[in-house]
Amino acid sequence: MRPWHAAWLVLWPGWARAATPMSYLQTFGPAGDPVTRLNWGLMLISIAVCVIIAALVLMGILRRRPPLVADAEGRLPVEKPAGGIRWIYIGVGISTVVLLACAVWTAFTLSAVASPANKTPIEVEIDGHQWWWGATYTGAVPSEEFVTANEVHIPVGQPVRFKLVSTDVIHSFWVPQLGGKTDVIPGQTNYTWLQADRPGVYRGQCGEYCGAQHAHMALYVVAEPQEQFTTWKTAQLAAANESTAPGAAVFQARCSVCHTVRGTQAHGALGPDLTHLMSRSTIAAGLLPNNAGGLSGWILNPQALKPGTRMPPVGLQPEELHDVVAYLQTLK
Amino acid sequence: MNTSAFSRVPAVVKEQYGSRTAERLEEIWKTEAGVGGWLSTVDHKKIGLRYLVTSFLFLVLGGVEALIMRIQLAGPDMQVLSPERYNQLFTMHGMTMIFLYALPVLSGFSNYLWPLLLGSRDMAFPRLNAFSYWVYLFSGIFLYASFFVGHTPDAGWFNYVPYAGRAYDPGLGIDIYALGMVFFGVSTTAGAINFVVTFMRTKAPGMSINRVPIIIWGTLTASVGNLFAVPAVSLAFFLLWMDRQFGTQFYQPHGGGHPLLWQHLFWFFGHPWVYAIVLPAMGIVSDGLPVFCRRPLVGYTVVALSTVLTMFIGFGVWVHHMFATGLPPISLSFFSAASMVIVIPSAVAVFAWIATIFTGRPVFKTPFYFFAGFVFLFTLGGVSGFMTAAVPLDWQLTDTYFIVAHLHYVLLGINVFPVVGGLYFWFPKFTGRLMDERLGKWNFWVMFVGFNLAFFPMHISGLLGMPRRIYTYPSGLGWEWPNLITSIGAFLFAIGVLLLVVNVVVSLKRGRVAGPNPWDAPSLEWLTPSPPPSFNFVTIPNVATRHPLWEERLDEGPERSKLHEGMLLDQGRETIGTSTLDSEPEAILKMPGDSYVPLLCSLAITWMTWAALMHWWHSLELSSVLLLLVTAVWLWPRTELGQTAEVPHG
Repeated sequence: MRPWHAAWLVLWPGWARAATPMSYLQTFGPAGDPVTRLNWGLMLISIAVCVIIAALVLMGILRRRPPLVADAEGRLPVEKPAGGIRWIYIGVGISTVVLLACAVWTAFTLSAVASPANKTPIEVEIDGHQWWWGATYTGAVPSEEFVTANEVHIPVGQPVRFKLVSTDVIHSFWVPQLGGKTDVIPGQTNYTWLQADRPGVYRGQCGEYCGAQHAHMALYVVAEPQEQFTTWKTAQLAAANESTAPGAAVFQARCSVCHTVRGTQAHGALGPDLTHLMSRSTIAAGLLPNNAGGLSGWILNPQALKPGTRMPPVGLQPEELHDVVAYLQTLK
Repeated sequence: MNTSAFSRVPAVVKEQYGSRTAERLEEIWKTEAGVGGWLSTVDHKKIGLRYLVTSFLFLVLGGVEALIMRIQLAGPDMQVLSPERYNQLFTMHGMTMIFLYALPVLSGFSNYLWPLLLGSRDMAFPRLNAFSYWVYLFSGIFLYASFFVGHTPDAGWFNYVPYAGRAYDPGLGIDIYALGMVFFGVSTTAGAINFVVTFMRTKAPGMSINRVPIIIWGTLTASVGNLFAVPAVSLAFFLLWMDRQFGTQFYQPHGGGHPLLWQHLFWFFGHPWVYAIVLPAMGIVSDGLPVFCRRPLVGYTVVALSTVLTMFIGFGVWVHHMFATGLPPISLSFFSAASMVIVIPSAVAVFAWIATIFTGRPVFKTPFYFFAGFVFLFTLGGVSGFMTAAVPLDWQLTDTYFIVAHLHYVLLGINVFPVVGGLYFWFPKFTGRLMDERLGKWNFWVMFVGFNLAFFPMHISGLLGMPRRIYTYPSGLGWEWPNLITSIGAFLFAIGVLLLVVNVVVSLKRGRVAGPNPWDAPSLEWLTPSPPPSFNFVTIPNVATRHPLWEERLDEGPERSKLHEGMLLDQGRETIGTSTLDSEPEAILKMPGDSYVPLLCSLAITWMTWAALMHWWHSLELSSVLLLLVTAVWLWPRTELGQTAEVPHG
């Protein structure tokens, strides 16, 4: 930990950090940290500039002068005291030096975060959708590939490369406490990388206006130690079991056009993959907690909770709803 | 008739306002009373005031939209507005403020003031001037008609494709925006040409380019910039309309187009436009502030040059709106450096203003408050812009409320504060009456405190990671407090604007009578009575220094301007044409009289635009023919303007 880090931890107590999960005033990985230092540096310079300019303006206004006496025609005197131009030379001179220094610092920061220091064994493809995130973990062979949504797990201490694609409109992939934004643009594949040096759940949110529910397009990055990550990955790779529960039939009939549950007949690709739904903490891109209440409310009337969402009201009978929620809760 | 009938050397006479000559000039230049005169006038002062009033109404509309949004955002998970309605409001708010308020209000000042500042009798093209106002008005109404036809644009003022494409945003809203902007561009372009030619051709004799007020430099620079920038956005919107209506694929990735083409075209326009809507306002301060410091502006030459330089560099920074789009680092570095370099000319202006205050002797009138407060807001808006110029940092800051804070410090701080200060400053010239000083100071403090209370906390919400353009936000992210404070500040600021309206209304009736030069200011507009007569100047002044009304006291040199003695131009509407750099008199310019043609032309274009929107192709043909006919009438050679005279052969 660098000295400025320690100072910051004192200034920004734990409860404040916990209360501001989207704040990039503190970051937790090498894709963000050099930028955070630049942020603090430029911010302090900016504050200093504002204070100095405000002080100069106030001193200029309040400084003692002989009173203005009007002439015979009632006009106040005008004069042209010399020396004013020196202000411009000195002020602009100092500003230019500071600017140049900042430009150099910016260039170094840019190259520091442009790509990770070592190779990235893991690549995740992020698909921006109106209004949720798909995540595809690729592997050496197709059997190592799986799809999930809105919650991305990464191993702590390793850089992860993100391939960003969109099939609808422009979104922007952003997990502020790990690094800056990169736009997700249809017709263009962008790449970025993140690395978390501490285990934890990092909140992200779409950064580019993308329509009615741009406000409800969050995602979570879960950074965990390698063993836990491997366990999670293995679990995600598994297909769901065929189920004879009554909810499974309802799901097959009413939900499978849009949603996939691997291992069953449900192969829809319009909505998030639900194979391991219950491994995620929230649903509807961070809108609702992932529990029986959240699921029931969401399925019953998605348009009331997230107006404009692509999820239609399915019109299930109370009994069917109960069964489907019960079935979904088995997708662990 | 041949040209010799127009060859004469004008008599140089001494004449006062109120003389027989002045009465005759009034007969020649006056606009007829009544509706006819109102619709046909080409008087730059009337047109200027119309620009000011119209743009102020749009400011109020955009402000009301903002207040409604601030109610929605005052707390987490509020349900005052549906997401659709919120998205429409932020789109219309941005569009209104940036296009329908910010530039037109400055065009209002410039239209009113230019001929007076330059010692001339009207803009170079008076009918074109009326035309650009009518087009502005009708395009504004066209854009707002979207509220009444039930299809309001909702893709943001920046209107990114593919979201603004038909697949994701069907309905007429985006088409209204697209065609409305092409339409509006006609007004901006016509106005810009008029300012450029007016600068080149109608400065008073002796007013060489190093003697014009800084606001002239500001508006001139903005106009030249707009001539290069506006075509980009008109094209961008036209291509978008083609994509939406005729299936072209300029922006469609699956058709071989690219969404980033839109962003390049839009920001190639958008960034110079930012300078176009601040440079004339900076000019207002550069000319107004020194009057209240009882000294000339420090560093006239460097301030004028930095104005021009800002626009020049301003064409090389558009990519800083696109740092996160995945462009290669080498091009990002170029645009990052350019965005930092542009701080230097701004620093020139800031230190010039500070030096003017410091070495001057301030007179604490309301305009001074606004101008001095502006210097602080300018600096704050500038440094937050400097932070976003740093590419990797911008990847965090972009599309957060930090940017919302920054752009409001720039657009309100550098446009609205100088505009309100300018209104207090020139109101006596416009109306003959001074605005109330006590109310004025209340007005300043409520606006200044309200502004900072509203917009400073946006920096905080941005640094705490709040994205822009979200219609609501959950609790638990630390965004509640800054948003609540912002909403309170927004309403306080609105009260400040209300105080301004009250002051204008009260002062119109009961303000102290101003006389020609209530502030004892140095430039030519203060030579005329308040309000000025239709012909502005009885005789054309001869200018020998930068501060004609101060030159006796400043004693900057042996030369003296001749302000009450000059060329008598009274054979019809006439003013003097001079050379561009040194303003040597070259020709008598015959000026056109009042005319309905500009109005008819604008109506024809309005009809064309509406027909195109509705796909009424026959109607479009008819209106195009009408436009051609009216244009022919406009351009038809006229004897009284000397356009039919023959050059003698031999």
